[in-house]
Amino acid sequence: MVQLDGVTVVYDSSGTVALDNVDLNVDEGEFVFLVGPSGSGKTTLMKLLTGEVYAKSGKVVVNDFDMSGIKRGKLPKVRRTLGVVFQDYRLIENMNVFDNVAFAMRVVGARRREIKQRVDYVLELVGLEGRGNRLPSELSGGEQQRVAIARALVNNPRMIVADEPTGNLDPTLSLELMLLLEKINEMGTTVLVVTHEKELVNALTKRTITIKGGRVIGDGIGYYDYDI
Amino acid sequence: MIFNRAGYLIREGFRSIKTHSFMSFATVTIIMACLIIIGSVALLSRNIDALIKELESQNEVVAFVDDSIAEESAAQALESALAAVDNVESVEFVSRTQAMDNFMGQYDADLMEGIDETVFRHRFVIHLDDIAEMAQTKAALEAVDGIAKVKAHLEYADTFVTIRNVVSIISLILTVILVFVSVFIMSNTVKLATFGRREEIAIMKMVGATNSFIRLPFVVEGLVLGILGGGLAFLAEWGLYGLLTGRLMGTLTGSFITLVSFKEVMFPVLAFYLGTGILVGVFGGVNAIRNYLQV
Repeated sequence: MVQLDGVTVVYDSSGTVALDNVDLNVDEGEFVFLVGPSGSGKTTLMKLLTGEVYAKSGKVVVNDFDMSGIKRGKLPKVRRTLGVVFQDYRLIENMNVFDNVAFAMRVVGARRREIKQRVDYVLELVGLEGRGNRLPSELSGGEQQRVAIARALVNNPRMIVADEPTGNLDPTLSLELMLLLEKINEMGTTVLVVTHEKELVNALTKRTITIKGGRVIGDGIGYYDYDI
Repeated sequence: MIFNRAGYLIREGFRSIKTHSFMSFATVTIIMACLIIIGSVALLSRNIDALIKELESQNEVVAFVDDSIAEESAAQALESALAAVDNVESVEFVSRTQAMDNFMGQYDADLMEGIDETVFRHRFVIHLDDIAEMAQTKAALEAVDGIAKVKAHLEYADTFVTIRNVVSIISLILTVILVFVSVFIMSNTVKLATFGRREEIAIMKMVGATNSFIRLPFVVEGLVLGILGGGLAFLAEWGLYGLLTGRLMGTLTGSFITLVSFKEVMFPVLAFYLGTGILVGVFGGVNAIRNYLQV
């Protein structure tokens, strides 16, 4: 699923070492929290998985794709095996909820009937049935993030990667969203969540990888070290 | 599946024009304005060129037949030899009788008392293709057997050639500058129109869209806006030119100036407007999103 062997990422522009000789494995069907302070390298690790940054050295494998030196033309194939959720939802403002979700299926050339069935199904799964005609601006933050999860889920990805998905939500909505991701994980999708929310991480007993200064400093079940 | 997808992408292009209506309007307006400016300068230069040519054509060369050839028919026989000279456009024979009649028509008849037609020579009035080569042509005409003398206003020819060259160079420089400035303005407008959509493109990339999937709606959009801009510019130019030439011709009645009619140039103008509009719309759009695709 995800395999990182001795991965180092250096930003050319600033010379900053964002990840330093990182070894990491995430298996099929796991639910993993990736935690750490700001600037620890969490987002870089996410971008490494989506092909937005490249490793200077080491080996990166995502859903059976070897990302070391992968050609840009092949990145869409990798990204179609991933569902990405962002803190700021990143919905297309002038598209309604249905189209925001359906859009990801159109990208892969799905048929109209198939799109209709699948989008209706995922909107129901995330608790947004009947809201397909609304614009993102007409929804609450929690609902918008659910649309983003529906979009990430609609192509039946092998893994969902969520970068601070609860960052803009209040604690109740954050827990609801995490429970939704847990439900998706129970249906067989691997889930990797980057977060700062210590209470949430400690409330859900899941594998938690702690990263600091570009290095993995902890890997265990359900514990976010409050000192970092 | 391909048709299904292509249909969707084409619809997306049209939808995008509607949802980004203000930027679409701005793009069409800028393309239209730039094309009208370029076209107007080009049409002005075309008219000046036509005017100079018209003036040039009035500059005649006169070849006088040798006195030894008194017979009109013998003199007229030289016409083919003169017409065969390079750069000669037309040759018109004027007999000595005709020449005297013309002369008497211009001056007081009393002055001509006692003078008969033998004072005048048979002659040919010759028009040239290119007055820039008037000196060489004059020499070639003088070399024709039976021609005694050739009268040509070389100084006028030189002036016309200089004016023609200066006008050509100025209009060329002006057109090139305008084309560069316009392409810069038009491509910046298209760039501005796509700038607001970089987030949308980033989202498309993140859900696994290929670059061509993202580009096609922009191509459709650029094509439609380019055709609209070019087409509207053509109609506006047609109207403006018609109005302007109508007014000018009204004030220039009786003058020797004739203006190029729009119908003469409408197809090249239409082709240039549509071609430039489409090029700027499509390539400007595709080029503008190039950076956003590097994700």
